Amino acid sequence: MTESSRERSSAPPGRIAVRKTYKLYIGGAFPRSESGRSYEVSAVDGRFLANAAQASRKDARDAVVAARKAQPGWAKATAYNRGQVLYRVAEVLEGRRAQFVADLRDAGSPDAEAEVDAAIDRWVWYAGWTDKVAAVLGTVNPVAGPYFDFSAPEPTGVVAVLAPQRSALLGLVSTVAPVIATGNTCVVVASTDRPLPAITLAEVLATSDLPGGVVNLLTGSTPEIAPWLAAHADVNALDLTGADPAGAVELEIAAAQTVKRVLPAPAAEPDWSADPGLRRLSAFLETKTVWHPLGV
Amino acid sequence: MTVIESYADVVRDSGTLRRFLHGLPGVDQVGAEARAAVLATRSIKKDAKAYALDLAIRCVDLTTLEGADTAGKVRALCAKGRQPDPTDLSTPPVAAICIYPDLVGTAVRELAGSTVKVASVATAFPSGRASLSTKLADVREAVAAGADEIDMVIDRGAFLAGDYLRVHDEIVAVREACGAAHLKVILETGELSTLDNVRRASWLALLAGGHVIKTSTGKAATSATPPVSLVMLEAVRDFALATGERRGVKLAGGIRTAKEAVRYLVQVNEVAGPEWLDPDLFRFGASSLLNDIILQRQKLRTGAYSGPDYVTLD
Repeated sequence: MTESSRERSSAPPGRIAVRKTYKLYIGGAFPRSESGRSYEVSAVDGRFLANAAQASRKDARDAVVAARKAQPGWAKATAYNRGQVLYRVAEVLEGRRAQFVADLRDAGSPDAEAEVDAAIDRWVWYAGWTDKVAAVLGTVNPVAGPYFDFSAPEPTGVVAVLAPQRSALLGLVSTVAPVIATGNTCVVVASTDRPLPAITLAEVLATSDLPGGVVNLLTGSTPEIAPWLAAHADVNALDLTGADPAGAVELEIAAAQTVKRVLPAPAAEPDWSADPGLRRLSAFLETKTVWHPLGV
Repeated sequence: MTVIESYADVVRDSGTLRRFLHGLPGVDQVGAEARAAVLATRSIKKDAKAYALDLAIRCVDLTTLEGADTAGKVRALCAKGRQPDPTDLSTPPVAAICIYPDLVGTAVRELAGSTVKVASVATAFPSGRASLSTKLADVREAVAAGADEIDMVIDRGAFLAGDYLRVHDEIVAVREACGAAHLKVILETGELSTLDNVRRASWLALLAGGHVIKTSTGKAATSATPPVSLVMLEAVRDFALATGERRGVKLAGGIRTAKEAVRYLVQVNEVAGPEWLDPDLFRFGASSLLNDIILQRQKLRTGAYSGPDYVTLD
């Protein structure tokens, strides 16, 4: 779909535009919201773009179930295999370039072409980290005893990601890719006002080799869905990047009831074009330490 | 006396029995599926949901029927049956623990002093392919070990071959061997192929004196489905209308979520009647269902979605 096909008026005379029905992405399928609700998405200039599905708490619950189901298999896949799958996603992203550029222009990106480039590069960058993160973050520990002692990073599990509200593609990719690169699965709440790039990304993920349920994408009101994910006992970690700073403390308190790992909300949305470093990769990893008797 | 007086002439010989069973009204399969689908759309919320979840727990026959069952596993299951959710002592106990006959003694010791009954499968479960004397010995051993309820399987081969009297006489013999124990008759509806057959098998088991008719062993490819349970509930309702005796239904196999369980309870209420919303007349045979119901109960209590980390693995 191109920019123009989203506008009914631009269909050639005599042809009725075929318009997409926007849905959620849960467990590898595209269901409507259980609530049957949708909301209007507008471009930055106020022009009507589309009706997007407005996810309810039950959609969030279903998404967590799908993410939990997919998690063991994704974590068990070899790091090399995960890297290949993520690289394949980058390939398909590249193929959808024109659509992403159009989506981002509507979403008010200052330089849509550059943002798409950066997003694809960011995805490839994280794909490369899948089989290196254990070597960099794992350690061999010197211990006072006849043991071979080493620590290895393991995925935390199911991560709820509140995607950034402003940067609808680069910010989204920069929060989702590090979570799944290490073997976590996630439930992502897309930017409330700019959900279309996220929906297009879901279509990319669905047509890549990514197993269903590894990424589940909800569109709708972040303040409505976030508390349910924060309090959900089967969510292991919470990325508050896209949370309303005023409400983030409440979410952290709710998350503490089930001892979730929390990546706190930034004071303001960061500059996503900067070097991301390993912070987001390491935020959703647990460390397993093994004491192995040397037997000498 | 296990044969109902008014139906004594029906079971006189194989011809009368066959004529009776084949004279039952045929089941409109499309209609049954549509009716079951409509009943599944009821929205059960808040207080009604809390009631339904507790009722569902009280109706569960917590089951383990694996070759790998050990005394330890049965003890753990019994502990769970008595106290399904240790974080919430208001959770009611289940109706019964359902196990293989050789483990009945273990379960009876573990459940002493509780309301939880011990149910044992018998009669060469799950295939039912053994001689009648072997089947009866199986039943007697389970009853002697202290089983309160016996889950028998019918001879599906004989039923499908049209030898209804043989199936009937076998159920009668097993009922006698049960003594005071309650008898549940497993029809294994997944192997009966049509809803007409389900209706016939239901009536056959009721005429032969089964206290409860049960859908499946849980070992066949298809187990309890909404249309099958609809037909069986109609059978016990019609049997009660004809004879005044209330018999039970047990749905087993494939029911894993609280949502499905609540839908079946709606069906029980609407098809058989509210009197059947009682563990004496309605049961779920299940293992993983209980955990899902507990998760839903926790959600109602705390307001937050719960997860499998907060219930036992079994």
